[in-house]
Amino acid sequence: MELHILLLFMIFAAITAMEVKDLFSSVISLGAVGFALCLAFLMLKAPDLAITQLVVELLCLIILIRATIRKDLPLVVEGRWVFNTFTTVIFLCVFLSFSWLALRELPSFGNPLMEVVRKYIEEGVNKTGAVNLVSATVLDFRAYDTLGEVAVLFTAIIGIMAVLRKPGKKNHGDAA
Amino acid sequence: MTGNYSREDMSLVVKTASRLTAGIILIFGLHIILHGHLAPGGGFAGGVIIALAFVNLLIAFGKETRLSRISENVASKLETVGAVMFLAVALLGFFGGTFFMNVMTKGEAFNLFSAGTIPLSNISIGLKVGVGLFAIFLALVILERSRK
Repeated sequence: MELHILLLFMIFAAITAMEVKDLFSSVISLGAVGFALCLAFLMLKAPDLAITQLVVELLCLIILIRATIRKDLPLVVEGRWVFNTFTTVIFLCVFLSFSWLALRELPSFGNPLMEVVRKYIEEGVNKTGAVNLVSATVLDFRAYDTLGEVAVLFTAIIGIMAVLRKPGKKNHGDAA
Repeated sequence: MTGNYSREDMSLVVKTASRLTAGIILIFGLHIILHGHLAPGGGFAGGVIIALAFVNLLIAFGKETRLSRISENVASKLETVGAVMFLAVALLGFFGGTFFMNVMTKGEAFNLFSAGTIPLSNISIGLKVGVGLFAIFLALVILERSRK
């Protein structure tokens, strides 16, 4: 019940973030979606995910607020509203029908299909010695996935450093 | 140019509050990393909390005072150290036979020194994520400064 209220709140906040005219208010609504998602993780008894969601949401909000606080981007809203509404309704119908077909096939909540998961839960503490089963899975049973995640983050940071490196600042100093 | 930089730092209240709380946030992040195999949390969440402590100081005091302590290049190198550490922990598994094998002694459950290589992996991921996200934030701040 509480979960459904939270989900409704998240949908309303997401619609607000899209429809509001001011960019700063939009960022704040996006933050509301993230914190509600953190609460939903807590209710589903996943504290690891809740902590990660909370801190990543905080960092993203700080960066987004710093990026948008003094900029007022104009919004183009005029024209073609018949076409836009028509395509939106069509795509909503297609999306809802396909998701109804797909979600019907899912296993019920709390009953995973994969048998290997039960083995992780039963023998995880004995095999790895870690009490936190999430850590045991992420860093021992499925450590290859974590290696891939580390590689992705490393590549992202290298790319950002290459694009936003110092010479831009030096050129500005010369021009001034 | 100097006019822009003098507007960088915030008021005295914000400065004092962030000076008092930054150390506590840092210790909380270290706690989350080191207890990753015992309590909820782990390397990624703790690393982001450590990055948030530095971001807090950077926003409160402005760019100049912070960059004298830890610069962009130092952050980039430390991030590489974290990535290489994680790979080294993975290669440690070859002593037991396979990649990512948990070769160290498991110890007793619920102890801080237990679970073999999992705490080492947590520490390396925490170092990598914390310093890497702080480097991203530094790069974005410098970009914003150079546009003005």
